[in-house]
Amino acid sequence: MLKQIEGSRAVAEAVAASRPQVICAYPITPQTHIVEALGAMVKKGELNAAFLNVESEFAAMSAVIGAAATGARAYTATASQGLLYMSEAVYNAAGLGLPIVMTVANRAIGAPINIWNDHSDAMSQRDAGWIQLYAETNQEAADLHVQAFKLAEQLSNPVMVCMDGFLLTHASERVDVPEQDQVDVFLPSYEPRQVLDPDDPVSIGAMVGPEAFTEVRFLAHERMRQALDLIPDVAADFRQWFGRDSGGLVKPYRTDDAELVVVALGSVLGTVKDAVDELRAEGIRVGALGITTFRPFPVQAVRAALDGDHRLRRVVVLERALAPGSGGIVTADLRAALTHETVNGTIIDTVVTGLGGRPVTKKSLRQLLGRAVLGDLPEFSFLDLNTGLVEAELARMRATRRSGPSAENLLRDLG
Amino acid sequence: MFAVRFHGRGGQGVVTAAELLAAAAFREDRYAQAFPSFGSERMGAPVMSFCRIDDKPIRTREPVTEPDALLIQDPTLLHQADLFDGLTADGYVLVNSAKGAVAPDQPRYRAIPASRLAIAHLGRPLPGAPMLGGLAALTGVVSLDAVVAALNERFTGKVAAGNVAAAIAAYELIAEVSTNA
Repeated sequence: MLKQIEGSRAVAEAVAASRPQVICAYPITPQTHIVEALGAMVKKGELNAAFLNVESEFAAMSAVIGAAATGARAYTATASQGLLYMSEAVYNAAGLGLPIVMTVANRAIGAPINIWNDHSDAMSQRDAGWIQLYAETNQEAADLHVQAFKLAEQLSNPVMVCMDGFLLTHASERVDVPEQDQVDVFLPSYEPRQVLDPDDPVSIGAMVGPEAFTEVRFLAHERMRQALDLIPDVAADFRQWFGRDSGGLVKPYRTDDAELVVVALGSVLGTVKDAVDELRAEGIRVGALGITTFRPFPVQAVRAALDGDHRLRRVVVLERALAPGSGGIVTADLRAALTHETVNGTIIDTVVTGLGGRPVTKKSLRQLLGRAVLGDLPEFSFLDLNTGLVEAELARMRATRRSGPSAENLLRDLG
Repeated sequence: MFAVRFHGRGGQGVVTAAELLAAAAFREDRYAQAFPSFGSERMGAPVMSFCRIDDKPIRTREPVTEPDALLIQDPTLLHQADLFDGLTADGYVLVNSAKGAVAPDQPRYRAIPASRLAIAHLGRPLPGAPMLGGLAALTGVVSLDAVVAALNERFTGKVAAGNVAAAIAAYELIAEVSTNA
């Protein structure tokens, strides 16, 4: 049903339409509205699910692991420090091959404490063995949840749906919320590959030594390889039932004959596309590539999108998280994908942008892409960095041993 | 594209007002996007929210920096230097104030006693609904009918009725001033 609706609410309705049987919740900004809405639906009797208020994120993930092991369709949501706090159990969920679906309402990680959006939280768990999908809009966020249950259950592997905190979770926009009868047809009931059943007892969670640990890990990698085939199929299936494009591996935008392609994940793609259209109107051959599936990393799809045209000279990766001392996280995967076989000398620049809620503006993007086209961009840079602010602190640190806490110093400088 | 920036204080319904404007535009089959300024808002602290309205899907996610209309829900914020930042040359300003016109010679700038109207009709000084009624009259970006429908969708019973009455009263006040001008 077409609605003007807050992103969190749209996701809650899509999750409810997926008929989860167990929902575990611990509140953390900016995820809270989602589980609040689901809790209200359960209380009103609109959703037949067990809603567990747990004492921490570690408990939330542990409880959905238990629920999934009994064959229940299980869901939770978190963000930021909450995701870190449940991290051990996040790895266990994937290692055990349990098809949990979790929303991560992307938010920065402290210190310094910051409630605003970037991708530091989800990126920190990129190698936990979960499928990671990144939503561009609230429409896609809602749709990806319905797809996530199908993917998770077919593969017996957990799926993390990442949506930008505040920018999506707290934004009201037009969403065609998946209808119950459509979801019921699209999403079959869950048939677990493994289940704790007193009538047919098994144990789940064996200790595995050197004799088979590598092989169990191989199978985790194999599930991800299978996911690369399944994700486009599920997206195509979704298109057939719901009549719209959501999900998939990558989303090329005006990449044909592009000299420059911007690679990004999540909601920043909207602003990027506006900038691309303006530059195209000025005759600059620029395009964008959205990476919807970040784990597994869709190497072939990325190559196909970026390697189809010999005119491509430069790729700019917008990183919404920073790997201190290394640089860009997405860049590393992209570089590996492009250099293994091919790439006719394409230059890859990394731009760290939108950290801790700093707006990514079309104006700054246009300046950035203008510089990139001219080849005037360093290999690694920060967009809209206040260089005066960092230089003042660096000078203080050189001048005095006890220069004090940097975050506080910077805030004092800003007045 | 028509972009609105709302300024108010935590607890005044600034975010709700932006969402209601988006809902009103949606009812008129337009695309709309509403979002808050995402601070750790506290009761009484200055807050902002944004609403964009367009005939095509809205893709940008950046805050509204060049508003076509400013809705200032608390006149004590007028002392903030950057309140009018980026206002377009032909932009509208609506201030919640019982002191009358802010700039009588400027037909796009209007004051409206939104808190007083809200107290009279709703019993609480929540200026959102009358501000939206005033915006509908001042700009025509949404109709009064759409604002009323959005209020009736969001609220029920006495709260809906009070908000609707306050919005209509505000609409009539602004429409009357514009007619006399």
